[in-house]
Amino acid sequence: MATFKEFRNNVKPNWCPGCGDFSIQAAIQRAAANVGLEPEQLAVISGIGCSGRISGYINAYGLHGIHGRALPIAQGVKLANRELTVIASGGDGDGFAIGMGHTVHAIRRNLNITYIVMDNQIYGLTKGQTSPRSAEGFKTKSTPEGSIESTLSPLEIAMSAGATFVAQSFSSDLKGLTSLIEQGIKHEGFSLINVFSPCVTFNKINTYDWFKENIVSLEQFPDYDPSNRVAAMNRIMETNGMLTGLIYQNTTRKSYEDMISGFKPEGLAKQELAITEEQFNQLVAEFK
Amino acid sequence: MISQLSWKIGGQQGEGVESTDRIFSTALNRLGYYLYGYRHFSSRIKGGHTNNKIRISTKPIRAISDDLDILVAFDQESIDLNSAELRKGGVIVADAKFNPTIPDGIDARLFAVPITKMAEELGTSLMKNMVASGASWALLGLPLEVFNKAVEEEFGRKGPAIVEKNIEAVKRGAEFVLEQAGGPLDEFKLGEADGEQKLFMIGNEAIGLGSIAAGCRLMSAYPITPASEIMEYLIKKLPKFGGTVVQTEDEIAAVTMAIGANYAGVRTMTASAGPGLSLMMEAIGLAGMTETPLVIVNTQRGGPSTGLPTKQEQSDLNAMVYGTHGEIPKVVIAPASIEDCFYDMIEAFNVSEQYQVPVIVMTDLQLSLGKQSCDPFDYSKVQISRGKLVTDAPALEGPELFKRYELTEDGISPRILPGEKGGLHHVTGVEHDEVGRPSENAMNRQRMMDKRLNKLNDLSIRDAIRVDAPNETPDLLIIGMGSTGGTIDAARTMLGQDGVTSNHITIRQIHPFPTAALTPYLEKAKKVVVIENNATAQLAGQIKMYAGYADKIESLLKYDGNPFLPLEVYKASKELS
Ligand SMILES: Cc1ncc(C[n+]2csc(CCOP(=O)(O)OP(=O)(O)O)c2C)c(N)n1
Ligand code: SF4
Ligand SMILES: [Mg+2]
Repeated sequence: MATFKEFRNNVKPNWCPGCGDFSIQAAIQRAAANVGLEPEQLAVISGIGCSGRISGYINAYGLHGIHGRALPIAQGVKLANRELTVIASGGDGDGFAIGMGHTVHAIRRNLNITYIVMDNQIYGLTKGQTSPRSAEGFKTKSTPEGSIESTLSPLEIAMSAGATFVAQSFSSDLKGLTSLIEQGIKHEGFSLINVFSPCVTFNKINTYDWFKENIVSLEQFPDYDPSNRVAAMNRIMETNGMLTGLIYQNTTRKSYEDMISGFKPEGLAKQELAITEEQFNQLVAEFK
Repeated sequence: MISQLSWKIGGQQGEGVESTDRIFSTALNRLGYYLYGYRHFSSRIKGGHTNNKIRISTKPIRAISDDLDILVAFDQESIDLNSAELRKGGVIVADAKFNPTIPDGIDARLFAVPITKMAEELGTSLMKNMVASGASWALLGLPLEVFNKAVEEEFGRKGPAIVEKNIEAVKRGAEFVLEQAGGPLDEFKLGEADGEQKLFMIGNEAIGLGSIAAGCRLMSAYPITPASEIMEYLIKKLPKFGGTVVQTEDEIAAVTMAIGANYAGVRTMTASAGPGLSLMMEAIGLAGMTETPLVIVNTQRGGPSTGLPTKQEQSDLNAMVYGTHGEIPKVVIAPASIEDCFYDMIEAFNVSEQYQVPVIVMTDLQLSLGKQSCDPFDYSKVQISRGKLVTDAPALEGPELFKRYELTEDGISPRILPGEKGGLHHVTGVEHDEVGRPSENAMNRQRMMDKRLNKLNDLSIRDAIRVDAPNETPDLLIIGMGSTGGTIDAARTMLGQDGVTSNHITIRQIHPFPTAALTPYLEKAKKVVVIENNATAQLAGQIKMYAGYADKIESLLKYDGNPFLPLEVYKASKELS
């Protein structure tokens, strides 16, 4: 069985020292090993941003695509070969601005993939513009007088879109994050894990210390029941979206793959391409 | 005895025009006639004039006719809008309900049949289509048993009572009109058809069927006219082959999902029209850059923007050839017949895997939606080739990666699918090295660009140009693409009667442009006419750019939303000759 070290490659990340993304990379590698995957059984599909580089830093199959489209690519991979474990990953701009349409619909579709958002409340790669996750009043290069748009709540959106697995974590909490990713991989459906991942270069407000002060861990509520949708929504609102842990999980809804008529457990990519003459004649008969 | 005739049915959208046409033409197909259909419709779902025209012939035909023999009208508007098309002495079969009249100056015979009344007497006005098609069938003097059999098949699922009612409706329509006309009309007596079973289908169905035969098992798409029939066909069929269709949230999702699925090893397509194609542009570049196979069908309609969404046009050529930023290898194939729609899909999937490039199959509305007879497809010609797909790569040592982008002689690298133990590598839209790691090294950049862009140097698809060149040095070389071929040939017959010699070339491999194949024909022609449904002569532009001969190339353009008619092509070509 592969250890987390086997999910490492020799590419040196070009992230700034101290960037939260390092720990997310480590957590994915650990979780992959912990659930018993071999590198070739994992496909990491990422978007564009500092965060998007992650697929290149993990020893597994991976595709670094275009800005905002990690999710549809990842869903295509999963549909083509459901035997693969598929992780989609990218930044808050990638998933909640340019790719927001895909995020909501991937949640609704509920394919069995795990989506890890590396949420730094800013655009890192393009050197510091506002993101949908930025706080109101947040000053950036593109909002010199402070952002005048309201902050988007991905957890509320996910809940209202019918998500079957909603979690949030903080990159400093390697143990908690690794565990959530493992649970996300094991979840039979779409799992969203939003991870606070401080950008030490461009975001001087939402820093490591700031998160430590503001985060509300679900560990504080021993009676919390993640299968209760109303309670989950309430708790998200009460904590202004700063909640971490497994917030909601619905284990009764089947994954998309399990609901497609005629879809086999074996990966489609491994199935026969050619059709028989008899099948061909049947198709043609309809047009006579 | 005549060898061909044209029939048209008109009415309000949603009142049975489609179904009348379907049942009438299915029965004709049974008898072995060649058919060519043309659907005129607006983008409204209910209401608004619509008409379907079919040309019926004892010989192969691939164009609509200039004129019309029989017009079936569900309302006066249908008569007013279409009777000018009727040839002298043509026939109008109209619903007596609206007291039909023949417009001034039209020489036609009118049979007012109580279509709605008869249908209502049998229980529902929905049966109007049966009364109307029964009346048409009777005027042609064709055997009623064949028609009834088609009715049985259409309604069999709904039980014998429904079948019987419909057959009764056909009978009443037939009897009524025969009594008025005093029997079947002699001038509409068609010669016997060859009786050989043909396929009768629209291009979009042939595309769907061809895709399944090609091994396509997934489709991701967003609905749009005139592409939707492809996804609607495939969602009915693919589950039987283990596959499926995903209706995505938009065309960006559709194309990127297809890229993901192709990357993971399933032949996957998407289909759209102009607006969707525009949304796909960035992703097409990703497929080109990552050398991921991808098949896109673009069914052209009137542009720009929403344009004429339900009308004929061929104006996306430049978008398909040039669309996406930067420079990638890309193939654009233009089927020119229903048969092409089928066989080209097989070739598109093969080429996309053999060369690891995006392939766009371009149709136009008339080819995608016009229902036509075609020769049966040949199963033995369906060959699947996956190019350099590796399945047994040896295990990798330590940090070693699979050279997915290995620099090879022909620029095409081995490809391996996720899940394979010995195949780990990176894939990125960022410039990369042989194992897919991002690289900004200038030398690597040049090598990789050259590798990708030279991959298609030797590509030549089946009938890259389709040549009908009976003349060594013709007065005219007529060049077209897509659905216009049959119309051009009909025009050439008329030109021949006037002593104008002509050759005809259909360009099928739009990109990379088949310069070498085309040049000798351009050289020898006295004059070249390029016929296309757009306003800026996009195909002619490609010919001039790649092959030259600008001084003898003239364009015949039509962009009013309607397909060319043989007479138009004839007149314009004659003038240019
Ligand atoms: C279509 C498109 N528009 C714009 C860009 C430029 N761009 C690259 S990354 C990015 C935003 C990055 O922010 P985020 O997704 O939050 O990732 P981060 O860098 O913060 O990890 C933008 C706007 C692009 N690559 N593609
Ligand atoms: S700019 Fe910010 S997000 Fe990007 S690598 Fe540096 S710290 Fe991380
Ligand atoms: Mg960000």
